[in-house]
Amino acid sequence: MTGRFESVFLDVVTRAMVPLIQVFAFYIITHGHYSPGGGFQGGVMLAASIILLRIALGEESYRRFPREAGIWIAGVATLLFTLLGFVSILFGGNFLEYAYVVPGMDAVELRYWGIFFAEVFIGFLVWGALVAIYDALVTGGVEA
Amino acid sequence: MRILGFVLIVVLGVVLVWGIGDLPERGDPQAPAPTHVASYYIENALDDSNTPNFVTAVLADYRAYDTFGEAVVVVTAALACLLILLRRREDEVEVEEESR
Repeated sequence: MTGRFESVFLDVVTRAMVPLIQVFAFYIITHGHYSPGGGFQGGVMLAASIILLRIALGEESYRRFPREAGIWIAGVATLLFTLLGFVSILFGGNFLEYAYVVPGMDAVELRYWGIFFAEVFIGFLVWGALVAIYDALVTGGVEA
Repeated sequence: MRILGFVLIVVLGVVLVWGIGDLPERGDPQAPAPTHVASYYIENALDDSNTPNFVTAVLADYRAYDTFGEAVVVVTAALACLLILLRRREDEVEVEEESR
């Protein structure tokens, strides 16, 4: 089965490249503690992989990654990031002060994992938001 | 009106170029930027949050509030795009036109 362009090469290369791009994007998101990168960069790569699917495969990509999924992912990630900020207020810290998120745990560990989860939420949020913008620009939300 | 605008732009440009002379030297250790909190971040990021890459520590921990705002801006942009560009399906539009 080939996509919009009736080209086997484009189809095969896209199917081979997209998982690699996504794995590398998750590596960039989760490796922000030790190397350049982080949520914004990895999220853009994830969005780019979905947009590559959209361009090369056309109709089939909407079954793999539905049109509504983008804004859903962005919204849920934003909500979780906000909750992470308010949980620390609940236990006596400031907004997004990770050292207070779980009472009784070591502050340094907590800040390490706070940075980790903040990067993951930012990555998913950028991913969903950019895919949603692309879909809105290209299809206007009408069933193709 | 055009001449007034031109004169205004020239005056503003001259003032800005004149202001360049008061900027600190590149890499000056006594400049305001590296003497305020930057040295604290560089010295304590590893001990505070176990994060060797202190750029990430500043971005996602010390300045998390700022990063949160940036992230919300991205989501707001996506929502605005959807609100402006989202079209309804053809049949829904027709129903509305008939009811008019």
